Amino acid sequence: MRNLAHKSVTVQGERGLAASPAVSTTKSRKRPRWLQGDMLIAILVLLPSILAVALFIYTFIGWTFYISTVRWNSQVPDYTFVGLRNWIRLFSDHRFHIDLRNLVYYAVGFMGQCIIFGFILASLLDTKIKGETLFRTIFILPFAVSGIVTGVAWRWLMQPSTGINLIFAQLGFENFQPTWNSHPQYGMWAVTIAAAWQFTGYIMALYLAALRGIPQELKEAAAIDGAGTWATYRYVIIPLLMPVTFTAIVLTGMNSIRVFDILNTMGGSGPAFATDTLAFFMYQSTFGAYRYSLGATISSFMILLSAFLIIPYLRSMRGEVER
Amino acid sequence: MSQAMNRRQFLKASALGASAALLAACAAPAAPAAPAAPAAPAAPAAGEAAGAGSLEIFSWWTSGGEVEALNALYEIYKARYPGVEILNAALAGGAGQGGNMKALLETRMIGGQPPDSFQVHLGRELIDSHVIPGRMEPLDWLYEEEGFNDVFPQELIDIASYDGSPWSVPVNIHRSNVMWVRTDKLSVVGAEVPKTWDQFFEVAEELKAAGINALAVAENEPNFSGHVFECILIGTMTPDAYRGLFDGSTPWTDPGVTAALEILNRAYDYANPDYLSTSWGDINDRYVADDGPAMMIMGDWTHGVLMSKQFTNYSWAPAPDTEGIFLVLSDSFGLPKGAPHRENAINFLRICGSREGQDAFNPIKGSIPARTDPDLSVYDEYLLSAMEDFKTNTLLPSIQHGAAAKQSFVLDYAIAINILATTRNVAQAQAALVQAAEDAEFGA
Repeated sequence: MRNLAHKSVTVQGERGLAASPAVSTTKSRKRPRWLQGDMLIAILVLLPSILAVALFIYTFIGWTFYISTVRWNSQVPDYTFVGLRNWIRLFSDHRFHIDLRNLVYYAVGFMGQCIIFGFILASLLDTKIKGETLFRTIFILPFAVSGIVTGVAWRWLMQPSTGINLIFAQLGFENFQPTWNSHPQYGMWAVTIAAAWQFTGYIMALYLAALRGIPQELKEAAAIDGAGTWATYRYVIIPLLMPVTFTAIVLTGMNSIRVFDILNTMGGSGPAFATDTLAFFMYQSTFGAYRYSLGATISSFMILLSAFLIIPYLRSMRGEVER
Repeated sequence: MSQAMNRRQFLKASALGASAALLAACAAPAAPAAPAAPAAPAAPAAGEAAGAGSLEIFSWWTSGGEVEALNALYEIYKARYPGVEILNAALAGGAGQGGNMKALLETRMIGGQPPDSFQVHLGRELIDSHVIPGRMEPLDWLYEEEGFNDVFPQELIDIASYDGSPWSVPVNIHRSNVMWVRTDKLSVVGAEVPKTWDQFFEVAEELKAAGINALAVAENEPNFSGHVFECILIGTMTPDAYRGLFDGSTPWTDPGVTAALEILNRAYDYANPDYLSTSWGDINDRYVADDGPAMMIMGDWTHGVLMSKQFTNYSWAPAPDTEGIFLVLSDSFGLPKGAPHRENAINFLRICGSREGQDAFNPIKGSIPARTDPDLSVYDEYLLSAMEDFKTNTLLPSIQHGAAAKQSFVLDYAIAINILATTRNVAQAQAALVQAAEDAEFGA
């Protein structure tokens, strides 16, 4: 069952691409592998992008880590080594603590909404309803909208005196007038609604593709075994979709760590940093206060945080390719 | 077989070609950025005759009024130097910390490719951001040549100066400590415009009984309260003590700071209750709405904003307890080292500081000239009263608008006041201010 899951579901994923270099290994092994003609060409063809990635990504990541260990906290570059002082300062910063709290709020809210609603929408679309193409387009359309536009639109929708609250008032809930994203404590949850509105369609597309990849026989077999709709989802479909769910978690998780655009337009850091994020803190520290080393420290922290999320994902991907 | 060989050779050749091209492309942008010392690009400009070439001006003036005012300066420039092509590099959003324009300007300055001149708040914003890092030219000689020393007030030149030299030419003056009063709201309770905070709270209490919010506040993110707070602070401290806050001679633990924080904390009780949900951009609309607040402490650009909304039921007064004090902020233009068209830039600075230039710019911008000898016939009633105060009052630098302290402090300062707005805890806010001053190393 498990094996089958990987074969059937991950085919649409990275496997198709990643598998191709592995093909050459089945050829004759008279010369060292990397000297074989095709391999050499492959290396040569890849070399420019490897060099570019090495320079523009990894070198600068290294540079950022280096800057986080010097005392460059004004507009005059100062490369005096201070060790972990910037890191200690960051970890003891009140704003940083709030940002971590916000990250948890955002990640949980955003991930939860995207995965739950994405899955529900995909399951509904998969029931061969009429006008599926139309609904699919409607659901995925927000993903084509930029984060900036989403932020501006939702900023007005969540404006306490003009937006959604007017609908509540019209419906007779005059006392239910939440302040949405400008709530000093829970503003972040409101932001996740806007962000999930944008991203759910994409997660839905992932799930829909995976659902289409589940062989009909499995569902039929489950039906013969007497499984109802609920049991089929619980014991057959949802377990088969786990790789996609894993992908969705990584995607939404990465998004949570680096979220910036939507917040920047919705209200910036908000009252009492209610909607502040690490990325926004980094931007303000670097380009607002010219504390380059502090900004580099925050960036480095964000890279480490992302690595915790992405490395297990990449390892599992590699496992699948080798299998 | 031979076909396959050809294909391989072709692939090899194209791979090598591609990598070579890419390496060349990588090298290209890196080269001018890294080694180009700020002085280097000046070389071509030296040989260039004045009145030819181009002039690139950076600013954050993109909205109505601002654009026309800047264009008025450009018109004068074009009339005098018709051969020069003006590149108006205006980017929206720059007044606050980390605004787009400032971020882009910073990358250009660090990269050694400055514009010919750029808009910057007079005072520490320019000094700490660009003068101390050694990216600007001192302008003493220009001040002497153009006689600026005689026409700008000495206190203003002091704000513009560092290390004995002025570093930019102020084109306008705005006043920070103005209280805007809705006469229709005050007449409901039959109150006079409050002159002190004690009177303010009396009026506020009466207004509250009549169901009217006394003070407009927009603190959905740090900034607006920072402006209100500086207007309170200059009333609870002597001018010298206030100036001392930024050179280390007055500690931020001073009782005057505490008193100001307590006043602001009390004032929040009379503010629009959704002040934590209102943004600075929306506050003017809230203020002129039928159920809007009665008073607002905001800079005198508000005059132009209210006029543009065809709102007339208002008058103005200095913020409570600040009669006789003029809290200054000023937009100015400086001369970066290595400006590509240095002569053109200098000519632009001459126009910025000239009587003709300032009288063309300011009536449109809704600000007063930095010069004390303007043509009074072109200014309206508010601006004339502001000019009178500018001549006679004590001038103090604004914190929130970059005149008094460096940008990193302004950010921390606004955050500290936001702590007060959200926690309503005076001690906590003051501790944050003390920490901010420590980080800013005032007087060090």
